[in-house]
Amino acid sequence: MTQDAADGRAGMTAEEAPGDPAIGAAGALADPVRRRLYRYVCERGEAGRADAAEALGVARTLAAFHLDRLAEAGLLEVERRRLTGRQGPGAGRPAKVYRRSGREVSLHLPPRDYEAAARLLAEAVERAGAEEALYAVAREEGRRRAAAAEGAEGPTRLEEVAAALAACGYEPVVPAAGEENGREENGGESGGQGCGQGGEVRLRNCPFRSLASDFPPLTCGMNLELVRGMIERWGGFTARTAPSPKGCCVAISKNKND
Amino acid sequence: MSAPHLAQLNIALLKAPLDDPSMADFAAALDPINALADASPGFVWRYTDEGANDASASRPFGPDLLVNLSVWEDVESLRSYTYGNSGHLDYLRRRREWFAPLGRPGLVLWWVPAGTLPTLSEAGERLERLTANGPGPKAFTFRSPFPAPGAGAGLEHASDPG
Repeated sequence: MTQDAADGRAGMTAEEAPGDPAIGAAGALADPVRRRLYRYVCERGEAGRADAAEALGVARTLAAFHLDRLAEAGLLEVERRRLTGRQGPGAGRPAKVYRRSGREVSLHLPPRDYEAAARLLAEAVERAGAEEALYAVAREEGRRRAAAAEGAEGPTRLEEVAAALAACGYEPVVPAAGEENGREENGGESGGQGCGQGGEVRLRNCPFRSLASDFPPLTCGMNLELVRGMIERWGGFTARTAPSPKGCCVAISKNKND
Repeated sequence: MSAPHLAQLNIALLKAPLDDPSMADFAAALDPINALADASPGFVWRYTDEGANDASASRPFGPDLLVNLSVWEDVESLRSYTYGNSGHLDYLRRRREWFAPLGRPGLVLWWVPAGTLPTLSEAGERLERLTANGPGPKAFTFRSPFPAPGAGAGLEHASDPG
């Protein structure tokens, strides 16, 4: 169950219907500038007001206004941090750093509850010992997704595989060519988020997060086969489990002898 | 005063004898997996057969039932070892290659006073309790955890920033 669904049932007022918190959160993204800011913060992992304003080409006060609205809506979380290298009386106030919050917003109109269905199905698969059937189904689905995503010849470079995975919500981080770490300026807190290192694509988002936290081997096994099905069609890549506290449990690399 | 420790019992129904070729990948993993547990943060103890490094020989709950009984500092340390590294997760996700579904719970967690070690018969009783009553403070699961006795204030403390 989503947090919003729970909120809706527990503390409902006369004016507030179930799903209203989710609608409110989604509504906060209706403004195009705010949406671009939200995406920028998600892509970067975290961002300050000045960085975001500069990247989007808007005034800093406007960026600050919208970032704070996103935080109020619960879509971003804020940390106050003194910029590195500046301390003491001349350092000024700590700067606000924004990152995507852990809140999941799920909005289905009319109301649908696919997450509850997924949990029931997952538990049934475990009880029946039908994991291998699930993995087979996931691999077939991966192949279908790959077929749908590929162009004339299919991706052959890591970047192209990453683009196909991005279309499925994984938020891949590709290692920058010729660099050990593409985004050194990114606050240095990216270790757990799976910054692409050592020629591997890491996936910053787990599309099955809440299911994975309750059924880890089942969900991660399913996800691995899904990704394997995608990359297998293109050849020359290997997927392996590499659990990460924040991101997806799969890492993808290009085969060395390819 | 030291906080209670977390005990876990896991039983698994073998599809074939451990020396069968179909079990080779699992049998070969026993030593590295146990070494990984021993070196994991929060690991306290694991049951081993007398004179052995694992518990694969004695079958206290049935001839085809492998037993894993261990003690950890808390739920998070056990969870982190169980699901947080590919060394162990890779074997968990492949478990149906080697183990048949039990038809009842195979994993139970419960709290023990720090410094005491659970016995096999106590562990068996906890699993029976979980099977009969579902998760509760004396026998629970990862999906339905219960706080350690007297841990209420401690938990609030733990979330206190700074």
